[in-house]
Amino acid sequence: MRVISARSLDEALAALRDATAASRVLAGGTDLMVELAAGRTSPDLVVDVGAVPELRGIRPVDDGLWLGAGTTCTELLHSAAVTAHADLLAIAAREVGAAQIQNRATIGGNLGTASPAADLVPVLFALGAQVALRSATGARVLPVEDFVTGYRATARRPDELIEGIVVPPRPARELRAFRKVGTRRAQSIAKLVVALAIAADGGVVTAARIAAGAVADRTVRLTTLERALFEGLPPGGLADAVAASVAADTAPCDDVRSTARYRSTVLARVLVRLLAALPSC
Amino acid sequence: MQTDGPAPDRTPASRRSGGFSRRSFLKGASIAAVGGPAGAAATAGGAILTDAPRDTGTIPAGQLREIALRVNGVERRVAVETRTTLLDALRDGLDLTGTKKVCDRGACGACTVLVDGQPTNSCLMLAHDAVGREITTIEGLASDAALHPVQQAFVEHDALQCGFCTPGFVMSAVACLGKHGKPSPATLRHELAGNICRCGTYGRIFAAVQDAAGRAGR
Repeated sequence: MRVISARSLDEALAALRDATAASRVLAGGTDLMVELAAGRTSPDLVVDVGAVPELRGIRPVDDGLWLGAGTTCTELLHSAAVTAHADLLAIAAREVGAAQIQNRATIGGNLGTASPAADLVPVLFALGAQVALRSATGARVLPVEDFVTGYRATARRPDELIEGIVVPPRPARELRAFRKVGTRRAQSIAKLVVALAIAADGGVVTAARIAAGAVADRTVRLTTLERALFEGLPPGGLADAVAASVAADTAPCDDVRSTARYRSTVLARVLVRLLAALPSC
Repeated sequence: MQTDGPAPDRTPASRRSGGFSRRSFLKGASIAAVGGPAGAAATAGGAILTDAPRDTGTIPAGQLREIALRVNGVERRVAVETRTTLLDALRDGLDLTGTKKVCDRGACGACTVLVDGQPTNSCLMLAHDAVGREITTIEGLASDAALHPVQQAFVEHDALQCGFCTPGFVMSAVACLGKHGKPSPATLRHELAGNICRCGTYGRIFAAVQDAAGRAGR
């Protein structure tokens, strides 16, 4: 295993020119170090970007709020800009692991690993975030939903690096909620996780993004439920709309953390409670 | 900085090829008991007493590279492989065995050290990444004259049973008090949530830290 510790963005991008599909980018290490220790991955090349200064920082940009890929959970939950602009991210970051993990885990790492149980990825879906990718030969921007392509799979090419994430401006009267269900409050990996953002005007839903994690091979949007909120609830009301969406939009599995049945049942209850508590629904 | 060389076993080779100790003997004994490919590889290499069980022997031993770590205010040199963790560098390379290795996967907090003042799981950090950072371990808290107030409070409150989680809890508590001064019970629980005590002495741990916070304020 070859390890290159980059000290600048240029060094990181130069190192990634040699990257293959088996190569890995190391940021905070809270995922990759566990995989390495367990022998679940044997990368040919590890490009360590933990000390790349260009990947740090939270700042306003024309199309929203820029979050450097190396922004840690601790930085997210202490940032006044994040709290004002993307409060769901701060709320979710507080529930990632505990202090030791939050001090190291990065938003770019959480997205790049693309675990279906990632805590921050459903929030990025709900906020309609964009992913900024950069390589030695160019840069591109993708909607986060196009970035996540499968089980721990993304649209990132081996030579690309997640440079940052752009969260669009917060619309007026947008209601947001986040709920993580784990074995305990801290230091658990999600059995399921839900993030939603719903804009309403005069009691009419004008935009809805509802995302869930750990209920399919990747983070998913609950589009059936979103459509029902736009077009009107079925005769059975919210509970029926939720049940239809859980059946259509998720494909939970049995694994070490939970069962498919638990995930479906609890996901439906969490959604009904979150939506019933919102003034507009 | 660029380093080459495969390194499945994160235990520094200085430890593997080195002398005989209680610790290395115990490691060897556990391999002999488990058997399997790790044990076989270790036997073939003639290093049965010290190879870590996770070394499958399928990847050749890594190259060592000497790095400088600033630990408890002193610059120390230690030879590490590319994937040696800070935890293994501290324990096996520098013999600072107060930092405990329990889950080795960031779940239990027993390996907590302070990196630039922030509590960090040293099992999830490469030793290379700690170069240039200020590392504080449990060994760095007490002065010659006195225990750190948190350590003293743990002693007085008998805030442990087996004691294996204690160094990690103490480091998290020191960081918490540095950040919050006198934390509320809820804040304290939040800040210590990354540490697990399987003996269940949480009540005494929280009482000890609250007591230490009060003393620091006096």
